[in-house]
Formats: sequence, C-alpha cells, structure tokens
Amino acid sequence: MPVMNIKNFSFTYAGVDKPSIRNINLPILKNKITALIGPSGCGKSTLLRSLNRIHDLYPGNKYEGVIELLDFETNKYENILEIKKENEFIKLRQKVGMIFQKPTPFPMSIFDNVAYGLKIAGIKNKTEVENRVEEALKGAALWNEVSDRLNKPAGGLSGGQQQRLCIARAVAVKPEVLLFDEPTSALDPISTGAIEELIVELRKDVSIAIVTHNMQQASRISDFTAFMYMGDLIEYDKTEVIFLNPKEKQTEDYITGRFG
Amino acid sequence: MRLLLNKIILALSLVSALIGLAFLGWILVTLAIKGASAMSASLFIKDLVDNGLRNLIVGQLILAGLASFVGIPLGIVAGIYIREYGQGSKYAEFIRDLSDIMMSAPSIVIGAFVFALLVKPFGGPSGFAGAFALAIMMIPIVINTTDSMLSLVPKELREAGIALGASKYKVIFNIVIRAAKVGIMTGILLSFARIVGETAPLLFTSETSNYFTLDLTSSFPSMTVSIYSLANEPEESARDLAWSASFILTIMVLLINLTGRYITRNKK
Repeated sequence: MPVMNIKNFSFTYAGVDKPSIRNINLPILKNKITALIGPSGCGKSTLLRSLNRIHDLYPGNKYEGVIELLDFETNKYENILEIKKENEFIKLRQKVGMIFQKPTPFPMSIFDNVAYGLKIAGIKNKTEVENRVEEALKGAALWNEVSDRLNKPAGGLSGGQQQRLCIARAVAVKPEVLLFDEPTSALDPISTGAIEELIVELRKDVSIAIVTHNMQQASRISDFTAFMYMGDLIEYDKTEVIFLNPKEKQTEDYITGRFG
Repeated sequence: MRLLLNKIILALSLVSALIGLAFLGWILVTLAIKGASAMSASLFIKDLVDNGLRNLIVGQLILAGLASFVGIPLGIVAGIYIREYGQGSKYAEFIRDLSDIMMSAPSIVIGAFVFALLVKPFGGPSGFAGAFALAIMMIPIVINTTDSMLSLVPKELREAGIALGASKYKVIFNIVIRAAKVGIMTGILLSFARIVGETAPLLFTSETSNYFTLDLTSSFPSMTVSIYSLANEPEESARDLAWSASFILTIMVLLINLTGRYITRNKK
C-alpha cells in the first residue's frame, strides 16, 4: 500500500521558466525503502524536498499535480500540495521527517536535540519526553554511546554520531515517512555502514525514501528504485529488476556506469 | 626570478606590517609613560573639579551604557529582520544599504544632527542627547554584525528546524540565534568598545561636566570631551590629567576588545 502517491507532479524553481522535474508518477510504499537514483541535476533531491514541502522555505516555487499522503488515523489520502496554513505545514512535517546530507545537530545538548521535535509537537510531560528521547536514541543505535553525556553539546559528537542523532531526532516524533537526502555522502565507510543498517532497521516502523549517489547503496538497502534523468522519471521497479534487468536503455547505461 | 620576486614581496609586506605596528607601539608606550606617571588612586575617588577623573569615568560608562540599552536590542532585531524575514526583499536591501552608509557616516555629522534635534529645541546639552548620538552610531554596527553572523549559520540548520515542524520564528529564536550567539555577543562588545571612545558625537550634545551627576537632563560628564578640553588648557596639571584619562580610556577599550576576542577564540 502506498503511503504517498506522486501523481503528474511537476516542480518549477522560482525565477526559472522550465520545470526542473516533469510529470512524475511514483508511489512511496508503506514500510518499504524507495531509492531515488540518477546523475547530478536529474531532479531527485528536488522531488524528495517536495514531499515535505521544504521548498516552501524559499518563496516563488511552483508545484503542479498531486502528492497524496495517507493519514493513518482516518485512512484517507490528502493532497499535501493544497496545504496553506502554518499549523497544517507543521503537521505535515511531523508526519514526513527529513535527514540531510550534512549532519545538522542544533546548537544545544544531545537530549534537547532529540526532545526538540517533541516540544514543538506540544509534548510537555517530562517523563514522556525522557522516555521518547531514550526510545529514539535506542532506535537510532546511539543510546549506548551517549547515555552518559546527554547534557553535553551535540556538536561534540563525531560526524556519524551526529547523523544518527539527527535520525533519532526525526524518529522521536514518530513520523509516517522519513526522507533521506544523501544521508551518508559526508561520512566515512564505517559510519555509512552503521547508517545503512539503521535505515533498514527503521523500515519496520516507517516508510522511507532515500536519495543516493551511490548505486551500491541503493542496491544494498532499497526495496524499490526509481531512476531519474533530466527531470523525468525514466523507470521505477523493484530494486533487483532495476539493477539486474532494467527495461530502459538509459537505466542500464547509468547503472553499468556508462554515464552519470 | 620567481623566488627573488617572492622574497621582495615578503620583505615589503613585512616592513609595512612593522611600520604599522611601530606606530601602535609608540602610541601605547607614550600613553603608558605619560599616563601612568600621573596615575594615582585619588584619580578614581575625586571628581574633575578636584583634579580627579571619577565623574568622567562613570559618566562615560553611563552614556555608552544607555546608548547600548537602546542600540543593542534595536540593532539585533533589525539585523534579524534583514537576514531572516526580509531576505531578498527590496525593502530589506534598502535598510541594509542605509545601515552600511550610516556606519561610515562621520561621527561629527551625527553630533551636529543630534544637536539640531535634541539640544537646540530643549535649550541646552543633556546626557540624553549624548546617549542618543552614541546610539545612532551603535545601531548600524550592531545591525551589520548581527546580519553577517546570521549569514554564517548554514541554511541546512534552518531547513532541519523547519523539517521537524518548527515555525519560522521558533527556528530563528531557538536554533539560528543560538548558533550565532558567540558572534553576535562579540559584535556587541566591539560596538560598545567603539562608542565608548567616541568624542565627536558628544562634543556638543552631552558636552561635559566637572561635577559628579546622574541627572541626564543637563550637561553630562564625558571623559572623551574632557580629554579634548583638558589638552587645550595651559596648565601642566590639566594636561597630565588628560594623559591619565587617555590611558584609562585606552585600557578600557583594550580590555573590552580582548574580552571579545577571548570569547570568539574559546568557541573554536
């Protein structure tokens, strides 16, 4: 079952005539990992950043088409492109979390970092916050490393730890979907391995979309893969089909390293 | 040939640096010798009328403090507006340009402006007018540092806050300001150091007073203005007093600057 449905979606950046991505049709399936791959500038990050409408931070961009998000309470789809009110945006971003390329710890303690989203969500009960922070840090496989220094600044952690902290922060608010924008491209191989394991582990609780430049990574962790090129979605299928038996010539050329 | 050129350039820049430093050293040494020789504890206990400096030190700090009280919050909020809310709008760009021009406005012009605005209509110099002139000097400096410190905060940090469901003002006040805190603090200290040593804006706004006073509605003791008038007097003792005052002022500014630098360094 798709938790998100992207239908005839186009996106145009402010001050540009031509859309950067055109007519995308793509489901994000529940409790699956969907990888978006393609050469630089193909629009995969643009697509990912539309799914929580983080583009709206900068004025003048244009969305066309429909992006549906399943509401787990009512079991109905709602079109997130119709959102206009601030409190609806806040709800959307609590349902659809995001992890960035560079780790983005806030300038506060490890505990406060993870608790930040909870406070925004209006959870004030101290024991509940403490429990959720612990749960999230355990979920992000970071608890054992930081449980004795929760009140130390998050900036003191290593890059890999910071990225797992950001994942814990996003997981703490119990999102339906997590968007990963090249989450390991700033990390060393060992931290990358840890993050990949974590993403696979998270699949049982959330649905995941991940943008990656690393095709091995896509084939290692994802269930479905979408290949994009020059703003178009060229091919979408189960990951093993894309990597072993692609239907399109462009997909085959890209995954075999003939361009990209 | 290239190596020779390299050496020549190196020598030239070294000499230039040394010339600059030599003058600075000369000033400091002269100040220390002339100032320290006239230094005594009574300077800090007596007022100018009794050949002391107490009222001047207190007065100068009150003027600069009052200016900061107005200038710092105004400058910070304006800086936040320019960088975070008005980003890219013509209005914000206009304010930024205006503030940059204000920063290089000759301080005597600001003094003259405040004279016309607050001294002439109210019938005489006042501490308020002096503090107001200093605040005008200070605001653009605080705007400029706040603006540039906020610009150093990576946009990913703002996006990460928004992506967690925080509203814009929460992202700014909980995350962005915190990330820029040290830089903004340093900027504030440096802008204070800058205005605490100003003379021209005070020359005909607060003027100065030989007596200890906290009454801001009449002429107010100012160390810098008194240095100017003491230095013009014929008696040796008056000029000694001017040297001591200069020395104290320099030490004050130096300490504030060093504190600013210390804070920045500790962060890294």
